[in-house]
Amino acid sequence: MKAVKLAAMAAAAVVMTWSATASAGPTLDAVKQKGFVQCGVNTGLGGFSIADSKGRWVGLDVDICRAVAAAILGDGDKIKFTPLSAQQRFTALQSGEVDILSRNTTWTLTRDTKLGLNFAGVTFYDGQGFMVRKDLGVKSAKELNGATICVQPGTTTELNLADYFRAQGMQFEPVVIEAQQEVVSAFFSGRCDVFTTDASGLASVRTNDAPNPDDYMILPEIISKEPLGPAVRHGDDEWFDIVKWVIYALLEAEEQGITAANVDSMMDSKNPVVQRLLGATPGNGAALGLDEAWATNAIKAVGNYGEIYERNIVPLGLSRGVNALWTKGGLMYAMPAR
Amino acid sequence: MAAAPKTATFSLNDRGVRAVLYQIITIGSVILVAAYLVSNTMNNLETRQIQTGFGFLSQESGFAIAESLIDYAPSDTYGRAMVVGFLNTVKVSLLGIVLATIIGTVIGVARLSSNWMIAKLMSVYVNLVRNIPVLLQIILWHTVLTNTLPHPRQSISLFDSIFLSKRGFYMPFPVDHLGWTLFLIAIPVAVVIAVMLNKWATRRQEMTGEQFPAILAGIGIVVFLPILAWAVGGAPTAFDVPALKGFNMEGGARVTPEFAAVLIGLTVYTSAFIAEVVRSGILAVSHGQTEAGRSLGLSEGVIMRKIILPQALRVIVPPTTNQYLNLTKNSSLAVAVGYPDLVSTGNTTLNQTGQAIEAILIMMTVYLATSLSTSLFMNWYNKKIQLVER
Amino acid sequence: MSDARTTSRAAPVVQTGPVQWAKENLFNGPVNTALTLISLYVLWLAIPPLVNWALIDAVFTPDPATCKAASGACWGFITEKYRLMLSGTYPYEQQWRPVVAMVVLLGLIGMSMNSRFWNIWLAAYWVVGIVVMGVLMWGGVLGLPYVENAKWGGLPLTLILAVNGIVFSFPLAIALALGRRSNMPAIRAVCVTFIELVRGVPLITVLFMASLMLPLFLPEGMTIDKLLRAQVGIILFTAAYEAEVIRGGLQALPRGQFEAGDSLGLSYWQKTGLIILPQALKLVIPPMVNTFISMFKDTSLVIIIGLFDLLGSVRLAANDPMWRPFYVEGLVFVAVIYFIFCYTIARYSEHVERLARKGERR
Repeated sequence: MKAVKLAAMAAAAVVMTWSATASAGPTLDAVKQKGFVQCGVNTGLGGFSIADSKGRWVGLDVDICRAVAAAILGDGDKIKFTPLSAQQRFTALQSGEVDILSRNTTWTLTRDTKLGLNFAGVTFYDGQGFMVRKDLGVKSAKELNGATICVQPGTTTELNLADYFRAQGMQFEPVVIEAQQEVVSAFFSGRCDVFTTDASGLASVRTNDAPNPDDYMILPEIISKEPLGPAVRHGDDEWFDIVKWVIYALLEAEEQGITAANVDSMMDSKNPVVQRLLGATPGNGAALGLDEAWATNAIKAVGNYGEIYERNIVPLGLSRGVNALWTKGGLMYAMPAR
Repeated sequence: MAAAPKTATFSLNDRGVRAVLYQIITIGSVILVAAYLVSNTMNNLETRQIQTGFGFLSQESGFAIAESLIDYAPSDTYGRAMVVGFLNTVKVSLLGIVLATIIGTVIGVARLSSNWMIAKLMSVYVNLVRNIPVLLQIILWHTVLTNTLPHPRQSISLFDSIFLSKRGFYMPFPVDHLGWTLFLIAIPVAVVIAVMLNKWATRRQEMTGEQFPAILAGIGIVVFLPILAWAVGGAPTAFDVPALKGFNMEGGARVTPEFAAVLIGLTVYTSAFIAEVVRSGILAVSHGQTEAGRSLGLSEGVIMRKIILPQALRVIVPPTTNQYLNLTKNSSLAVAVGYPDLVSTGNTTLNQTGQAIEAILIMMTVYLATSLSTSLFMNWYNKKIQLVER
Repeated sequence: MSDARTTSRAAPVVQTGPVQWAKENLFNGPVNTALTLISLYVLWLAIPPLVNWALIDAVFTPDPATCKAASGACWGFITEKYRLMLSGTYPYEQQWRPVVAMVVLLGLIGMSMNSRFWNIWLAAYWVVGIVVMGVLMWGGVLGLPYVENAKWGGLPLTLILAVNGIVFSFPLAIALALGRRSNMPAIRAVCVTFIELVRGVPLITVLFMASLMLPLFLPEGMTIDKLLRAQVGIILFTAAYEAEVIRGGLQALPRGQFEAGDSLGLSYWQKTGLIILPQALKLVIPPMVNTFISMFKDTSLVIIIGLFDLLGSVRLAANDPMWRPFYVEGLVFVAVIYFIFCYTIARYSEHVERLARKGERR
């Protein structure tokens, strides 16, 4: 009995001390204080976030986080990655376990509102597709009536799938498995006829995971809009602004031809847009509560958006497409940094 | 005595006072901790503007579920999706309990067999199965089923009506008809009649000594009443035979590999534990009881049925209850292979709505209610069979 | 008295030897004969293909192409990936550290199983051992690079979860068991509620709660590591089951022991600590060991919340597209490891039980 009481008191005491030392207040202060950015990423999705053979995280989502870390702390390696499952991702962000959720997450109204998230922008315009074995003889998603389809639960993919078949008046049978590895292996073992996820994910799985990529094909239909981007918590506008503008900075850098290699020499550029972006004309950094070299550091760490894309997404066999800059007919458009 | 000085009633050395004090401190700290956590949570939910409450249960779910006992479509609500999951949990648990009890009892008895070979084989089975995590077994079964069975277009088939492939086990199933509905209704009715008949026969034998072949009559009722009902309903004979159509087999009844993997895994695992319970239950009945039965000239079968088993049951029931509860709780591992049980649909709901607290609370409450009601029922049964000492 | 004498008979021939043994144990009566024959037939059906698969047609070289061509098991998968399977994502060059930590841990478990070491020093050894293991696993001192526990995996993680689960749940379990038998209603109610709540729900929901709900319970900015959260979930879960086992031991003690304590004028804590608990805990060693076994097996559930324990590491290894078809071999490999651990401990528990009964026989 006394033991119970003592244990309870000890527990309470520990909790109190903990909470006393825990930092309260805006995310930026906390990040500066602890000296690193905590970033939630996918447990393993080629091109977006995957641990390479040396255990270093690479990918587009990862680079966005690195850019944010570099913008704030001046070093793209002052960052810790938390691999998250689809199920864990939102609670991890909500609870403050991570500062940014950069985990190929689709921007939807519900998530933006009810889940208490803010999407800082779109870093990749994706859409959902289907992959099948070639010897099935299917050429279009409209021929999939009655098919067995492997899908991961808790994603927009699962909902789009049901919507699409409802709209087409077709039937399907879902095989719903949470773990990425298990669902992929269920597809390749033939448990399902079709595997569905974002087109980029399909390309990644086909290149990296298929026993023989030529045996599989991705159907032409794209059945949904999947704007993927990093999310932050509701209620910290300062932090929201920083992440948002780091993304714009990466886009603007591509538009202005600033790369990781030439960023230092570009400081001397005569172009006022470049001068403002790189902090040669001060003001933007102070407005964000950051060092004036914020964008320079970010670009130095990971390169501009085009370089990030080239490094991570092109090897999957995906061209720029809609992810090209607006000047080249794509959707990528940075708000003016002034 | 009225003059007796009333000593200071409040003293820390007084047992009663201390007891009250301890209790106040305990309850107080429990409430404090709870309040602290709740206020944190409320605060967190509020500052991050996360939606709370159970309103999501009546919203459209939008996701499909592979197998369901009731009609379900993505246009139904989250609430209905959870119910579908719960029913799937109940389905696999009940079947698992029945199968594990039968297999477990047979193995438990067989381990005591005088046949060395049988006893040894069963002992190997029990030891092997008990010492491997049930989750691993379920995943192993699922992998073996989906990796080794043929593609649906090369199904193993029997008489062109029973098929086995990666997509599951298909067999003919009666086409929906009044006759079959009556047939289904007649089964529980027949069982109830048979039980009542048995009770009546026992009472009559106790009063008059006359015997009535209640068992035979009972079996007769259970077999013939449903058949009669089927005949009255029009004796339908149409069967829906599965056939390859497009990607998959269509028609007939079907067992999916996910369901099969979960059911086999749970049954095999739990049967080993039940076997041990049955074995120790039988061993707990003193050998003198068997000898007494023999010296009365009873046959071995009667000794087992009327003397050993009723006594062994008293030892067997409580631990078996635990095994039933364990099986039901272990059915939650179905989520690992994608069988849509309560945890699986609850999990998807959690993901889609982002309301972790509510979804987990629902899951826990349902399991808790199931566990408690199973315990209550088994306690009642346990009391019924306990030795009435006079 | 009759004079009639029975005619003398030769002493019965004592028959021994395998034939006689078979007659008595395998072919005594038609039913048993039939059963023996049936089981022989089943074995004949099952064993040869199994042996073919596992040994004769199996491939032991780590070459996926040879594996695909062969009809048997592909143990080459294990040869190729055993380090990933056993150590998970722990940095490759540092993997000697978890190995040493495991040896220390197994040594401690081995000592705890031997009654010669059952004294106060054992607790001290454990403390030292746990510190050594912590230093080895985390590092950051003595020139060992720091390894964050997000990278821990494989068998060490399974063992750590299980051993910490049993060690840290033990005091809580004792408190709960005593509380449940307390005559103070409030304390009893708190303990009963906790025990029954936890025992009524599956471990997986407790783990979900630890991994998804707990972060929301904590004040802003304070986070607890994923592994630690799972560990806390396991500890609380185990404590409820252990408490029931200990309560069984408390109930099995004759009333006289309690009354003797009272009549000596001992306080509640003296009575409990000196008379009741030592006897009760001795009684419950075998069921406690069983609880430990089931908890050891249950740690495999952490893969559902995304930790790479032994089972999770195999899944990670089978994620390699070249080796994906040989997932079954990986699972069998892990099953064997689990079996060796659990079976050894189970046999040990039977041994302890026999020892205890020997004492009762006097």
